[in-house]
Amino acid sequence: MDIVKEISEYLQRGDNEKVFMLTKQAIEKNISPKIILDKGLISGMDIIGKKYKAHEIFLPEVLLAAKAMYAGMDLLKPLFVKEGIPTIGKVVIGSVQGDLHDIGKNLVGIMLKGAGFEVIDLGNNVAPKNFVATAKKENATVIGMSALLTTTMPAMKMVVDLLKEQGLAEKIKTIIGGAPVSEEFAQEIGADAYSYDSAHAVETVKKLMQENH
Amino acid sequence: MREIINISINDIKPARDDVLKTQGVPAGSKLSGNVKTLFKKAMALFVECVHPIGIISEISIPEFNIVYAGEGLNEKSTPLDAIIEKADNLVLFALTIGENVTEKINELFKTNEFALGTMLDAVASVGTDNGADCVEKHFTNVLRKKGRITLSSGTVRYSTGYCGWHMSGQKKLFGFLHPENIGIMLLDSYLMKPLKSISGVIVVGEKEIHRFKDSYPFCSDCKTHSCRKRIKALFDAPESHNKEM
Repeated sequence: MDIVKEISEYLQRGDNEKVFMLTKQAIEKNISPKIILDKGLISGMDIIGKKYKAHEIFLPEVLLAAKAMYAGMDLLKPLFVKEGIPTIGKVVIGSVQGDLHDIGKNLVGIMLKGAGFEVIDLGNNVAPKNFVATAKKENATVIGMSALLTTTMPAMKMVVDLLKEQGLAEKIKTIIGGAPVSEEFAQEIGADAYSYDSAHAVETVKKLMQENH
Repeated sequence: MREIINISINDIKPARDDVLKTQGVPAGSKLSGNVKTLFKKAMALFVECVHPIGIISEISIPEFNIVYAGEGLNEKSTPLDAIIEKADNLVLFALTIGENVTEKINELFKTNEFALGTMLDAVASVGTDNGADCVEKHFTNVLRKKGRITLSSGTVRYSTGYCGWHMSGQKKLFGFLHPENIGIMLLDSYLMKPLKSISGVIVVGEKEIHRFKDSYPFCSDCKTHSCRKRIKALFDAPESHNKEM
């Protein structure tokens, strides 16, 4: 089996040590970092994502695979920077102001990175202006916001309004999620998209990026 | 009656199926060795990190009505409106398993241990719910020992943010109960810190008073409908109040 395919296989098994070792070997064999990423790591995560969606595997297995993906990515990142290879897109994520819940937002970040996006995670309790300022500064095209409380949901609208005020709503799309959030709420506040879980969020962000191009 | 309750970690240890269910794994699913190992590791960390403690304070119906009215943001009609008037005993409660577990979860995410971090979060969430069950049982036992409970009594707890009780109700609940005495703080967003905390009211009364249909307008937005399970459990265990904790 070729080494890139092996990376994909071991990633799917959640074997981070093996993925790290094989990625190192692939780099030493002068295989293009882009091929290692696309055909090895992302390809493996893609299969994991499909199996998860089909309920063939569950969240813990997805996260073990993600850890393996990160093990490989840690080796590839410096090479991408050196060779100036762009990612497929930049997404700013965070839990909105007043909200300290992280897990859902973290899972979305992990899945987005697994799909090849660059993710800037602002953490929790993020002020609306911080979302917008970071997206502007980093030239991100999507802002992802999470809320687990009905009392913090209005902060999502503040971000959407801020983007409109600054004439950035066309350039920077918004996606929202979290237990009390719904499709209807997204429409009500003028967010571009709503997502009910981390796998769906990846598909939705991809669509938003396509709309932007 | 007002009491601080020290809860044993052994009493709140979650069952594996309950934890995995929160991660979308149906009960009885064939588990990989990796998942089994993750659960074991998460349980070990849970035991190491948590410090469960609860507080209860009895409250009269008129007093509770003030607490329940909160900041005036509840839904127009809620199940508790009718239930409270028929209740025999009410107690406000709060419970936390402490901040260490949340710090550990954050630490695991920072070191790319997502699967273990998420598993520990799930274990901690179920453990917190189990802690609230312990507080509920403790109060029921106290009432039973005092002869203030009958065989046909049933106990159900309600929390702000659910069943039409607005989150802002936390403000008055904290004003009466003072959960800060066990280390729980209320933030401006009405979120509790430590995150793994639960507060609310435990309602004791004839089982029949707890029966309601989940057809309130806000029920369609509810993602758990856990009220169905709790009400069903009441009627499935007719003599539960005879049992010791």
